[in-house]
Amino acid sequence: MRIIVDLNRCQSFGQCCFAAPDVFHFHNAEALEYDPAPDEARRWDVIRAAKACPVQAIQIGLDDEEYEGAQREKTHGRSYQ
Amino acid sequence: MAGHINEMIAPERIVIVGASLAGLRAAEALRREGFMGQLTLIGDEPYPPYDRPPLSKQVLGGRLAVEHTTLALFQRLEAQWLLGVPARRLDLAKRRVLLADGRSVDFDYLLIATGTCARPWPDAEEAALDGVFVLRNRDHACQVSARLATRPRHVLVAGGGFIGCEAASVCRDLGLDVTIVERGPTPLGGVLGSTIGQIMAQRQRDYGVYLHTGAVVTTLQGNQDHRLCGAQLSDGCSLEADVAIIALGAIRNVEWLLNTDLSVDGRGIVCDLYCRALDSQGAVVENVFVAGDVARWPHPLYAYDHQLLAVEHWGNAVEQAAIAAHNMLSPSFEYRRHTALPRFWSSQFGFNMKSVGLPTVADEVVITQCSFGMRRFTAVYGRQGQTVAAVSFNAGQMLPSYQTLVEQAAPFPPDLHAADGPARAQPMPAGFPAQGHPKYDTGMEPYTVSQP
Repeated sequence: MRIIVDLNRCQSFGQCCFAAPDVFHFHNAEALEYDPAPDEARRWDVIRAAKACPVQAIQIGLDDEEYEGAQREKTHGRSYQ
Repeated sequence: MAGHINEMIAPERIVIVGASLAGLRAAEALRREGFMGQLTLIGDEPYPPYDRPPLSKQVLGGRLAVEHTTLALFQRLEAQWLLGVPARRLDLAKRRVLLADGRSVDFDYLLIATGTCARPWPDAEEAALDGVFVLRNRDHACQVSARLATRPRHVLVAGGGFIGCEAASVCRDLGLDVTIVERGPTPLGGVLGSTIGQIMAQRQRDYGVYLHTGAVVTTLQGNQDHRLCGAQLSDGCSLEADVAIIALGAIRNVEWLLNTDLSVDGRGIVCDLYCRALDSQGAVVENVFVAGDVARWPHPLYAYDHQLLAVEHWGNAVEQAAIAAHNMLSPSFEYRRHTALPRFWSSQFGFNMKSVGLPTVADEVVITQCSFGMRRFTAVYGRQGQTVAAVSFNAGQMLPSYQTLVEQAAPFPPDLHAADGPARAQPMPAGFPAQGHPKYDTGMEPYTVSQP
């Protein structure tokens, strides 16, 4: 799954870190860091985190079907690593 | 009436050049607002849109795999994606974009969201030394991250702007020796002014950064194996380095437009409040819109001396893209204006920094709230007695109240009666360089595009 946190909106309340500690954490105490592509097994935790966010900064995206089309059509495909 | 396209002007083919944050969010907004026609996204990188802010933070530090940065989608696009091939030329008369591989794409409406690229090290031979990197895209982040993981002995960061400071912060997280070389008196002086920059300088030294200000890197030196081994500075100093991160700002990706009649130069593409591109005479080009880092427009809050504003921040790409998309599908009486306040965040050296407004136009700055030992504080910027911006350091929960002050251009210094405020507000000179830093290009700086 893919998610995004609007870090302009985020005020470091940290509720997401309690709801989904595998996905959200504070780096050096105050700066929220998160995994924008958490494991599908974490979906329920992430939903709880998004609902718990006091400023509603967490958005859960659709799946990646669109991008699979994009990858097929790319012209000068080169992949890193 | 939102969601309804004016059928008189309904376009059939919309092309978005630039498949990063602004391009993607514009595409989503077009579909959300009911555009049913053919939608094409053109991107010079081979990857689907990805999020750049983590590149200079988690990805660089090896805490996040780069594949995870692909941007979440919130709307089915059913778009045609042309990735890995840059646009080479724009033919406005034929309404056609020509690609580098010889193909062409016709459009009714065009959105230009080509963004910026890293300013390269000026000497090509030195730039090709093993160990010299720029940091802008996914590939760069992978390369630098992989090199930092080999534990280089000394990292040189050329440029003390956001990217340079964030990269240096990651180096310290990893326990690596790092030197920042910055031409101004303090790091981040171009974006925060030298008064607040002084606080950042102390913070960086506390974190073990070797901070070398008032100088620029003049020469990168390689050994016989073409590996970087050191650098010469303009003040005569020299230092050893086996990695150099060149963080000298960004260049706007406009060279493919230089043969058009659009109002475009190295500072960006001029558009109006509705994101419509202007031609060289200042007239609106009805079917060409601009969004993101590459746009310059007259922000009503900051239109001093008719200056145009270009904002290279994440939030602006999102907001301007949505407005451009809306206006593209709307009759003029339903146009929206792009008047959102500039906002940014950065995390470095244990500070979570958040800004609202435009600090760079300020003449004074005052610390309005502060904890013991400056572990968290908020700085407010003023221009000629009006509040123009606020920046919080580990105090983001305070920022929304300051946003109101900025929107209202409240008197400066503001009278807050905050429990953690000083007894008497003592504004200091903000200390921005007289020649604007290219981070916020206010149109004052003579600055030309270097043709690649």
